[in-house]
Amino acid sequence: MHNLIAVFKKQCKDTFKNKTVFIQFILFPALTLLMNQTVKIEGMPKNFFVNLFATMYIGMAPLTCMAAVVAEEKENNTLRVLLLSNVKPHEFLGGVGSYIWLLCMLGAAVICAAGNYGLRTGLVFMAVTAVGILASLLIGAAIGTFSRTQMMATSIALPVMMFFSFLPMLSMFNETVAGIARFTYSEQIGKMLGQVPSLRLGMDSAGIVAVNMLVFAVLFAAAYQKCGLE
Amino acid sequence: MKEAVTVENLSVSFSDIRVLRQITCKVEEGEIFGLLGPSGAGKTTLAKVLTGQLVQNGGVAKLFGKDTRKLGTKEREQIGIMMDCFGLYDRLSVYDNLAFYADIYRVPKSRIWGILKSIGLEQAGKTAVQKLSKGMKSRLSLARALMRDAKILFLDEPTCGLDPVTAREIHAVLEEQRRKGTTVFLTTHNMYEAHKLCDHVALLHEGVIVEYGNPAKICGKYNRLQKLLVTLKDGKTVVLENGSSAALPMKEYLEAERVETVHSTEPTLEDVFVELTGKELGADA
Ligand SMILES: Nc1ncnc2c1ncn2[C@@H]1O[C@H](COP(=O)(O)OP(=O)(O)OP(=O)(O)O)[C@@H](O)[C@H]1O
Ligand SMILES: [Mg+2]
Repeated sequence: MHNLIAVFKKQCKDTFKNKTVFIQFILFPALTLLMNQTVKIEGMPKNFFVNLFATMYIGMAPLTCMAAVVAEEKENNTLRVLLLSNVKPHEFLGGVGSYIWLLCMLGAAVICAAGNYGLRTGLVFMAVTAVGILASLLIGAAIGTFSRTQMMATSIALPVMMFFSFLPMLSMFNETVAGIARFTYSEQIGKMLGQVPSLRLGMDSAGIVAVNMLVFAVLFAAAYQKCGLE
Repeated sequence: MKEAVTVENLSVSFSDIRVLRQITCKVEEGEIFGLLGPSGAGKTTLAKVLTGQLVQNGGVAKLFGKDTRKLGTKEREQIGIMMDCFGLYDRLSVYDNLAFYADIYRVPKSRIWGILKSIGLEQAGKTAVQKLSKGMKSRLSLARALMRDAKILFLDEPTCGLDPVTAREIHAVLEEQRRKGTTVFLTTHNMYEAHKLCDHVALLHEGVIVEYGNPAKICGKYNRLQKLLVTLKDGKTVVLENGSSAALPMKEYLEAERVETVHSTEPTLEDVFVELTGKELGADA
């Protein structure tokens, strides 16, 4: 726990210095605030932008940030020194993961605020988001572990992130895409966010998210087995 | 003397290249040990095996009696490492890099400035690492190794790329560590440094240790001529036997104040190693 907190604190110091990662955290919350205020289309469902951007945020920011941070530490040999200093892999991943998770939750809170939810619905919104971010972190960790360099991590993370973030949006227009998107956690998280005002979340959605997370955990384990963290 | 490092018949190969061939050597507790050798000789490779970063193909390596393939938390706490790849956080400041490791090592942050001062990095404390020169990064990496109270320090080319004045500051730091009883294992291309600092050196060449011993003794061993070269003020050079027969002529030259310089024909460490490896060492040192 001690080392995990140390890694967490180190990441905090890096927040404003690492611009490529930082921009990920604020882009979608800022965009949501902006669009929500300015764009009003006739017949648009309530909180259309809030749900859309929250889903994209969940699919993008944690995934790319986690992959980037882990891969960068591998590339610069900082992770090797850490492991030689008795920092356990789970302490490192936990420190980085909890930092990114918390930062994304802050961003999600901004998006949530734009949605004008009440206390209970707001909390449910944040709970769904929290699970979604966790799922993205798992894929991000798998990609970061698999990659030797930050460049490699980015080139893998980009298509993966596009797949999960854009699929829910595209599924609105195409039946076939919708058929595939059904099985992704991002689509289901988006769906659950839409159910937040009624406070009735579909159990099937939760199930699909859980299966997704299981698959990601297995992928991470495979990447860790194959490449380790050095 | 107890042995800090014991290496027996150690072999390491990368695919079909045999980098270390059944080498045997030891490092005693509390000494400064220098591993010398041409570029690509396998110095870093040996340091990696000893610190548990690489597993050998044959033989045994032990650190304080413990097999390096099985180093645990307790053993790792006794090791300070400075690698050739520095492993520093580029965007964080010099101070923040060390502060992070103070956390990890569970040592007080109050020692950071003292260490920075001893290696001449005090001025750069608030500078981001990405703005440092290579020599400064290497010193910061050394500072990190010094942060914890290690029983043994593994330093891969600690003075590489440093000017002579700064290099001397580093030598003073290492000598201070020896006084405190810390064992220092260093690799270097700088023969002068090895001679001045090390209690023992080993010369690695083509995967085998071709010479091991105290630097002065090694030089003495290769002093085959046993002569004295006396340069006189009139420019003449006189060669005398290094023995009692030289006493009288020497006395006469000295009384007449004719002596410009006196040299022994003893080779420097560098001469010995050029002779043994057939290679000029440390073109980059
Ligand atoms: N991971 C690796 N894979 C394949 N070959 C390697 C690897 N690491 C080192 N080598 C080879 O092992 C040999 C010894 O390398 P090493 O880095 O130990 O040399 P060195 O003595 O430290 O050299 P230098 O003085 O230049 O630092 C070199 O020929 C190098 O190419
Ligand atoms: Mg080397």
